[in-house]
Amino acid sequence: MQHSVSIRDLSLNFGSVKVLEHLNLDIAQGEFIVLLGPSGCGKSTLLNCIAGLLDVSDGQIFISGKNVTWEEPKDRGIGMVFQSYALYPQMSVERNLSFGLRVAGMPKDEINRRVARAAEILQIQPLLNRKPANLSGGQRQRVAIGRALVRDVDVFLFDEPLSNLDAKLRSDLRVEIKRLHQRLKNTMIYVTHDQIEALTLADRIAIMKSGVIQQLADPHTIYNKPVNLYVAGFIGSPSMNFLNGTIDGTTFTADDGTVMPINAYEFSSPVTGSRKAVLGVRPEHILLGEAAQAMPFKTEAEIEIVEPMGSETLAWTKVAGVPVTFRCSSDIPLAAGDKVTVGFDIARGSLFDAQTENRL
Amino acid sequence: MSQTATMTGTAPASSKSLEDGPRGERPKPFFTPKKIIIYTTLVFFSLYFLFPLYVMLVTSFKTMPEIRFGNIFALPNQINFDAWHRAWTSACTGLTCNGLSPGFWNSVKITIPSTIVSIFIAAVNGYALVNWRFRGSEIFFSILIFGSFIPYQVMLYPLVMITRELGIFGTLPGIIVIHTIFGMPILTLLFRNYFASLPQELFKAARVDGAGFWRIFFEIMLPMSLPIFVVALILQITGIWNDFLFGVVFAGTQNLPMTVQLNNIVNSAQGTPEYNVNMAATVLTGLVPLIIYFVSGKLFVRGVAAGAVKG
Repeated sequence: MQHSVSIRDLSLNFGSVKVLEHLNLDIAQGEFIVLLGPSGCGKSTLLNCIAGLLDVSDGQIFISGKNVTWEEPKDRGIGMVFQSYALYPQMSVERNLSFGLRVAGMPKDEINRRVARAAEILQIQPLLNRKPANLSGGQRQRVAIGRALVRDVDVFLFDEPLSNLDAKLRSDLRVEIKRLHQRLKNTMIYVTHDQIEALTLADRIAIMKSGVIQQLADPHTIYNKPVNLYVAGFIGSPSMNFLNGTIDGTTFTADDGTVMPINAYEFSSPVTGSRKAVLGVRPEHILLGEAAQAMPFKTEAEIEIVEPMGSETLAWTKVAGVPVTFRCSSDIPLAAGDKVTVGFDIARGSLFDAQTENRL
Repeated sequence: MSQTATMTGTAPASSKSLEDGPRGERPKPFFTPKKIIIYTTLVFFSLYFLFPLYVMLVTSFKTMPEIRFGNIFALPNQINFDAWHRAWTSACTGLTCNGLSPGFWNSVKITIPSTIVSIFIAAVNGYALVNWRFRGSEIFFSILIFGSFIPYQVMLYPLVMITRELGIFGTLPGIIVIHTIFGMPILTLLFRNYFASLPQELFKAARVDGAGFWRIFFEIMLPMSLPIFVVALILQITGIWNDFLFGVVFAGTQNLPMTVQLNNIVNSAQGTPEYNVNMAATVLTGLVPLIIYFVSGKLFVRGVAAGAVKG
């Protein structure tokens, strides 16, 4: 099967600093890949390498079956959208959209046809004669997307395109990018540090840390079966609760002596003997009341802080001597000081080796 | 009665006085000690700096007998343009007595090409240094900046020899090359910093769009650089216009700039010094930079403060 974008053994050094190390990534035709990670993890650098804006130190990049490692950005069949929009301020929207085509020396009627199509898809026809300074943030980002669109490329690259927008616009444009992908079916590579964007948009997410991809999987797997402690802690808000302890056969003993049965947990590979481990449970997998009774582990806990979020409530408590957050319906009346029974859904939790930090 | 009024009134006395208290904008009295000190200082120093200009102007409008009278601060009895006319057309600069006008045109011939060439080259330099980093570009820039710390006089003699070997010593192209070289460090620094303040993503976007070195320079960068061009323009025009040293050394006798001719008028050893002509000639020479500043002063300040260019 032919990959749309294929990165083989890619390395990039800035002087003695290794930004990317032997990175491999295959992206299927029409796939929406999100590169997710904290700032400085190399995700934008990787995108710039794919775009050809940075020269790689080692390795190869293939786009649509062509080795483009040494190609100029314009010859790679990519369009790119930047965080700061990067619209040419002195040109009208129409001239911004057509700039690349004019540089390529395309016939005028073809340019007009493509600009009109992009404007129609993005619904920016009324803005064509305006200057970028007279556009709102959301409109500017549409134009920036349009500039990639008119080039009729195989691969779209997005470099944190929504980070400069306010929360409301961000969620609006997020949906629009998803709609655009469903309509165009291009390959899209999208860099963000926002996990909501990653989870909502991606076919597959690549979680990066220090220039290395930690896990590459679909959002459901990333969320429910993180491969290591780092991914588990990075994805999810509020983040996963972690309890340190020891596993031995079918029980997990927390550091304070609390024993939890883990018969229900599916190990990724059989584990023998006893070893130090970390139990991770997401806030929504800690249940209250009757639901808690059905869980393999349940205990009494005192609510310390309650955070009503509207649709749901977050509550902070202590289990096995460790601060624990859980999420419940906002219909349940909770107040600080209340004593409740909480149950852990161990089957949906995660166990990690304390030493290697990998999933067990 | 008053007591019951207080008791049953809408507001008790204590809270009433609070409501009558400060409300809305805080009054800003004009005569505060701070303001008086600031304005006195400002007025004093403006007068201090404007005084020589005042003396020059009034003297230039006087006749020689009136000047000999001695009241240099007094206004002229009668506005008299003779001195101005003589300074422009017939004052003696060395051996010739054609006034300053040939010098004026020489200065124009030197200033315009020098300004254009130096700014263009510096703009390209700055752009290349920021956006097209090459191996050793940082070192190249450091050396260039180092150049601006070397006193001109040190380089004078070597440059005379170099221009002589090139066959352009004492010619118009020679002096233009010299001004271009000496404008380079400061102008390159200016443009480099300005281009570095423009968003890098703009450059990246243009590269993805397929534009090359010159296309990005002319179509993307230049249209965004008006403020810094104005700054460079003012720096170069005033700098080159006011230059004396390079003019007297490199321009050659045919192209002596206005400043050199002014010097020849004022320092003339023969005859009685004509103070009114000297003053008029000096004001005439300083007029071009003054006009440039008054016309573009606002743009200049904006350009210096630039960096804050909104996309």
